[in-house]
Amino acid sequence: MSLLSLENLSVTLRGRKVFSDISLTIGPREVVGLIGPNGAGKTSLMRAALGLIPSGGRSSLAGLTPQQRAKAVAWMPQAREIAWPVKVEDLVSLGRLPHGDHAQAPVEAAIAKMGLEGLRKRRSTNLSGGEQARALLARALAQETPLLMADEPTAGLDPAHQIATMEVFGTLAAEGHGVLLSLHDIGLAARHCTRLVLLAEGRLLADGAPEAVLTDELLARGFGITAYHAQTPDGPVFQPMHRAR
Amino acid sequence: MTRALAFLLPLVLALSALSLSLGPADVSLPESLRALLLGGDGPLPLVMREIRLPRVLLALMIGGTLGLAGAAMQGYLRNPLAEPGLLGVSASAALGAVLAIQTGVSAAFALALPLSALAGAVVAVLILIVLAGPRAETLTLILAGVALSAVAGALTQLVLNLSPNPFAASEIVFWMMGSLADRSMLHVWLALPFMAVGVLLLAGVGRGLDALTLGEDAASSMGIDLARLRLRVVLGTACVVGAGTAVAGAIGFVGLVVPHLLRGVVGGRPGPLLWVSAAGGAAMLLAADIAVRLVAPDRDLKLGVLTALVGAPFFLHLVWRSRGERA
Repeated sequence: MSLLSLENLSVTLRGRKVFSDISLTIGPREVVGLIGPNGAGKTSLMRAALGLIPSGGRSSLAGLTPQQRAKAVAWMPQAREIAWPVKVEDLVSLGRLPHGDHAQAPVEAAIAKMGLEGLRKRRSTNLSGGEQARALLARALAQETPLLMADEPTAGLDPAHQIATMEVFGTLAAEGHGVLLSLHDIGLAARHCTRLVLLAEGRLLADGAPEAVLTDELLARGFGITAYHAQTPDGPVFQPMHRAR
Repeated sequence: MTRALAFLLPLVLALSALSLSLGPADVSLPESLRALLLGGDGPLPLVMREIRLPRVLLALMIGGTLGLAGAAMQGYLRNPLAEPGLLGVSASAALGAVLAIQTGVSAAFALALPLSALAGAVVAVLILIVLAGPRAETLTLILAGVALSAVAGALTQLVLNLSPNPFAASEIVFWMMGSLADRSMLHVWLALPFMAVGVLLLAGVGRGLDALTLGEDAASSMGIDLARLRLRVVLGTACVVGAGTAVAGAIGFVGLVVPHLLRGVVGGRPGPLLWVSAAGGAAMLLAADIAVRLVAPDRDLKLGVLTALVGAPFFLHLVWRSRGERA
């Protein structure tokens, strides 16, 4: 059973072809990291998959009605926008909006999972960036969708928050959800994703296990870098070192 | 929300009763209410039903819809400085009225002035829909509104500028200050259908506005149809603002200050704010309309002047108080 399948997806923005012919399937229990240089189209790929921007090809989500889609996938845009000083618990409750219920259990579970119990009565606009990111992720969890898509969920977070965020995605996958995230931190991607998808040169360059995607050749082609890598008991470690010549 | 309404709705009722009991004819409140409800002989029932009742009803309708539309506009644009007049509909309605006064059409029959104002509002809405159609961005909508306001304002000034008739000019100036004095039930019936449509349109936007707290992309991914939401907010606001301006002239600041003032009461949530702000707007306009009669009983102090005069310093106070929170 797949949670998302893309067939020959292509996106053209303002006359510029961003990428074409991308086919991809994401199933339960996977944390798929979408990597690639700036401008490769990671955000466009996810927005096109959601049907938020027009695209060629087919996305299994874009065909759903907006209401069905909102129950199939939760989306966290990169901009952590919170327009009004709503309480953290009210912010998390927004995740129930697509279901049209006021179910408390999923909201409480999401608050507990993100460790927000102490912050629930605080105004979300007064929180630190890391706390806001946690509150917004809790909102997405409260939506209780089989698939979660997040654009740069670790951007701007300190290392502890980055690790904690990635661990939440790991837990979600262990519970049977599927997760698709775009990431700029190759080390974080290699350590926490079950699968990586490398997007560069307007197409899908590689799709597979982290070690299979983060090869010297693909890193040079995709990012123009060389990286140090090592195997540790905790898994692979990648550290970008130089620009490739 | 229920707690805020439990306070505001009785306040609105009390202010309505107080407003009904105010007037040149010195009548006690129980007596005036009895005349209003039961009728009877003599001039009192006529005074109550034809003079004081329309004034109270219009204050309720205009204040309530301005509060509602202000909350909807702020929620939709995610900006606490947004207000119903931003769309340019009130300026265009005012232009329609000004043209009616200047050309003398307003003297032709009782509703000629409000009808021309409504026509101005309709023209503005048509232009808005063409400029800020289904594919347009939020910014396009704001810019279109600003441009419409500017054009309507300039044309209004041009009419004043070239007016050969000082009486017409001064009538225009006074009309534009906004007032509920000397309105009849005809004005109520004229405004009512537009306001009802506007309220129905705005009644359905709460969920979408709540979702928009997280931005357009997130709201859209939660199943909110943004194009439809925008159309509801724009048309709903245009209906109530157009009708309100047509019968009472331009009344500023209610739609800006009231949602701002009551936002904290509903924990910042834009959906529940809609109804609380509607009740608050009705209360504010009723209070202001009572104040203009108490402060200067025989000088015909204009309602719009008072709402701005009280609203603006109050707004400054709010800005002053919140400046620490934003740092």
